[in-house]
Amino acid sequence: MVTLNDYLFASGLLFAIGFAGVLLRRNVIIIFMALELMLNAANLSLIGFSRYNVRDGLPDYNGQVLVFFIITVAAAEVTVGLAIIVALFRAKQTTHVEDMNTLKF
Amino acid sequence: MSPILFWIFVAMMLFFGGMVVLNRNPVASALSLVVSFLALAALYVSLDAYFIGVIQILVYAGAVMVLFLFIIMLLDLKAESRRHVNFPAVCGGFVVIILFIKVLSDVCYGFDGGNAKFPPIAQGPQGDVWHVGMVLFQQYNVALQVVGTLILVATIGVVILSKRELK
Repeated sequence: MVTLNDYLFASGLLFAIGFAGVLLRRNVIIIFMALELMLNAANLSLIGFSRYNVRDGLPDYNGQVLVFFIITVAAAEVTVGLAIIVALFRAKQTTHVEDMNTLKF
Repeated sequence: MSPILFWIFVAMMLFFGGMVVLNRNPVASALSLVVSFLALAALYVSLDAYFIGVIQILVYAGAVMVLFLFIIMLLDLKAESRRHVNFPAVCGGFVVIILFIKVLSDVCYGFDGGNAKFPPIAQGPQGDVWHVGMVLFQQYNVALQVVGTLILVATIGVVILSKRELK
């Protein structure tokens, strides 16, 4: 039997993987992909709770609408972020975070 | 969904999620991310969220990942060469992640309500998309307009960012 806790645990593990990616990798594009993994982990737990909270025989659709908004905003974020990465690459010829230290104090 | 299928998809999602982080080649990372998102869409479908599952495949595994691959190939990134590792940072990262997983398992398996079976649902003849649409357009209409404006602003921002010279 698959329970809500299994979904939450899977979602937490996915979040941990994304978090590890952000902390350990030094390539901006990989860091960006790890961010997407973390967003999707949050989405999975939202859908799990939406399915768990059944009222009148229907799942809680507020959670699914929130996931819809998260996906939309994430898509907008990806386009802007990748444009910034392309602009940075044009200026510095690198995607390595340690070479992008213009703002470093 | 049968438990075997559930654990297969969870294993697929986590394995390919791990490959995103571990691969040295950015193209391999991006393709692993696609497979991870497909498994995630299967999990959404297993939770009776068909609309979100379809959106996940269309928007994430389709549009967003094509954008990622396009940028990786445009920038012509080679597999990352090994540099010196910042040892304290890597250790700190692992400690934080292991503590996070420990706390997560404690919280999850101490939450008794989550060990119950999922209640059965009856969506009726309308199906999933109808219900999501009713909630989206009746209760969250203003939010939907705001998100539309956000996408417009993002589009204009991207055009300005990618102009070669800024005046």
